[in-house]
Amino acid sequence: MTPPDAAACPVVALVSSGRHPVSGRPGRAREDARAVEMGLTLAGARLQLVHAGNAEEPVLRDYLGMYHGLDDAAAQGELALLPMTPADDAVLLLATWLAESGCRLVLAGQRAECGEGSGLLPYLLAERLGWTIVSGAATIERIDADRVTLLQVLPQGQRRRLEVSLPCLITVDTLAPPPRQSAFGPARRGRIQVVDGLTAEEDSASGEWRWQPARARPKRLKIVKSGNARDRFRAAAARSSAGGQVLTDLTPEQAADRLIAYLREEKILSEEKILGDEMP
Amino acid sequence: MNVRRIDPYAERIRRNRLHPRHQEFARPAWRWAGPNGVTRIDPHAIGALGPNGIRRIDRSGAVVETQPLASSPIESGPSRRMVVIDDPAGFVMVVPECPEGRLSDHDRDLFGLARQLADGQTLAVTAVTFQGAVAGLEEAGADRWIDLSATVDGDTHDPESRLAALVSVEAAMSPRHWLFADSFPGGGDLGRRLAARLSRSSSHGANARAATRVWQVAEGLALSRAGDRQDIQRELPRILLALPECAKPVSETRHEARLVSIDAAGSKTSDMTAVGVVDLGRVAVDPQQIPLSQAPFILSGGRGVGDWAGFHHAAEVLGASEGASRVAVDDGNMPRARQVGATGTFVFASCYIAVGISGAVQHLQGIAKCQRVVAINRDPGCDMVKRADLALIADGDAVLAAVCERLGQPRAAEPSEAVSEAGSGALSKEERYHDAA
Repeated sequence: MTPPDAAACPVVALVSSGRHPVSGRPGRAREDARAVEMGLTLAGARLQLVHAGNAEEPVLRDYLGMYHGLDDAAAQGELALLPMTPADDAVLLLATWLAESGCRLVLAGQRAECGEGSGLLPYLLAERLGWTIVSGAATIERIDADRVTLLQVLPQGQRRRLEVSLPCLITVDTLAPPPRQSAFGPARRGRIQVVDGLTAEEDSASGEWRWQPARARPKRLKIVKSGNARDRFRAAAARSSAGGQVLTDLTPEQAADRLIAYLREEKILSEEKILGDEMP
Repeated sequence: MNVRRIDPYAERIRRNRLHPRHQEFARPAWRWAGPNGVTRIDPHAIGALGPNGIRRIDRSGAVVETQPLASSPIESGPSRRMVVIDDPAGFVMVVPECPEGRLSDHDRDLFGLARQLADGQTLAVTAVTFQGAVAGLEEAGADRWIDLSATVDGDTHDPESRLAALVSVEAAMSPRHWLFADSFPGGGDLGRRLAARLSRSSSHGANARAATRVWQVAEGLALSRAGDRQDIQRELPRILLALPECAKPVSETRHEARLVSIDAAGSKTSDMTAVGVVDLGRVAVDPQQIPLSQAPFILSGGRGVGDWAGFHHAAEVLGASEGASRVAVDDGNMPRARQVGATGTFVFASCYIAVGISGAVQHLQGIAKCQRVVAINRDPGCDMVKRADLALIADGDAVLAAVCERLGQPRAAEPSEAVSEAGSGALSKEERYHDAA
């Protein structure tokens, strides 16, 4: 990985308070911690953290505790805190701060673990600032003067390489490299700088929402729509798959041919394999 | 002497309506519709004599005697009612993801949700696709269809031109609702982009704030998952990003999916100046680095595999992730993390090849969600062969060796050669693949 020119491209990570998925205990948000890890790998101690929310949030120190194992051993983390109440709109605050800070690369998790957790904030920020946005990054491979090359997570463990123009906002997937542990010393030494002079506005859209404890989603049942009992019984008693082709009395070579033909028919063996077959 | 002789087998078959030869032994109908639609009943033909000579009457209502087996509704599927909406009051847009160019289950659920929104108020459900030919939109429940494959390249990841095309659709039709599948990096990304773009225009304002992770819509209220074990209930917003199984897919009606053309050419020229995201294509990922639960193609070995080095080589040649049955793991041939089944990992592969696995119940549970299963086994009667879509009755080791040979990469036989081969192979593997973990 090419070390980026941090002076030309200051990196900012947006952090938020998280909840453990099982115990519900407050802590670092999983995706945000990965974003901070990615930022530390890119920019080292020059990574700047931003949080919009409660100034007394204890979890913020956990992110500052990740500033260890860097080139500059005496480095300490710095977090800009934009104070606001939970009912306020974070987009306006963050957009104003980001526009003033002059940074060109912002990393964030895909979705917050507290509050609305809709994952809309990076998109609203990018729209307001006129920046590019990419979701689901696994790795940032290279940063040039005006472009970033990264790998995006696809379903089924696949990856896609994208080139994104700066300034941009990149959200980080849970499949990104796991975050380093938070250490006590760096967490104590890190500075939290409360940014004054920004006025928060109340979020008008969420006024009429009703919050309620999450219900378990109902499992979908297999329903057979049929008038008579016979068909319903047959559908219930039927095997889920009707049984496939069974080929007996094959030599291994014939079996291999059948298997390869089947895999090609189902487009599982790639084109490259087919070409390689003709030119061994 | 007048003794009633009963063929017990025939009687049993006659009584058992599920017997495959029931039609041959069934009596003529005791109830039929007359020429004027009046139901006629032959009282002497009702029921069947039981084993001890007592007449038994089946009142379950099944009229099996008159129907030939082929017209059973299970085989043909229930016929769907055709629904045509000529003059809609508005539109509900659905943007299906169409992985591999086909509608997924998630997409069908989205159409079901759209029908739920549309049906009370004669709105037309409109599918917006970026791929050219998408089959099955009629059955999925689309009244209209906007094909944007002319303006947007459906194969590459180009979210900005897709967004521009959607904005032009929004301007042309001003639909009531937009429905997206909430999954990254497909519909979830595009839907959030559209929500952010529409929130900028003052006419929609706060109403354009999308509801994400919607899992239920009832009585005009959307219920969506929020963070920290909370749900949000709110009025139906314009843009909904829905989770899988948010509604039942359409099963009773059929729709016309009439093609509607939209002039999206203007949007294409305006946004071509600055392309923010450029797709450089897929990256080859080492299949062994993909977590087993996500792997798309798995080669799994069990007790029937004797030549494990050949098995590993075959997995590399085929480009498959390796799996194993419990026996193979217990014998120390594979690591525990590679065990497939209810006691190991549940897998969701699109193709699963089981070599020498007879198919214990736990293993079959673990592969229940796999789309295609191929079994290579010497025993034609085992459960895996019954489960498989393609079963090859042969020796697994020999077949795998033959597959490697056919694909032009036979395994080196000499041990000294194998060592040097392994060294160069490891290097080339690092060059070829990106580390997925």
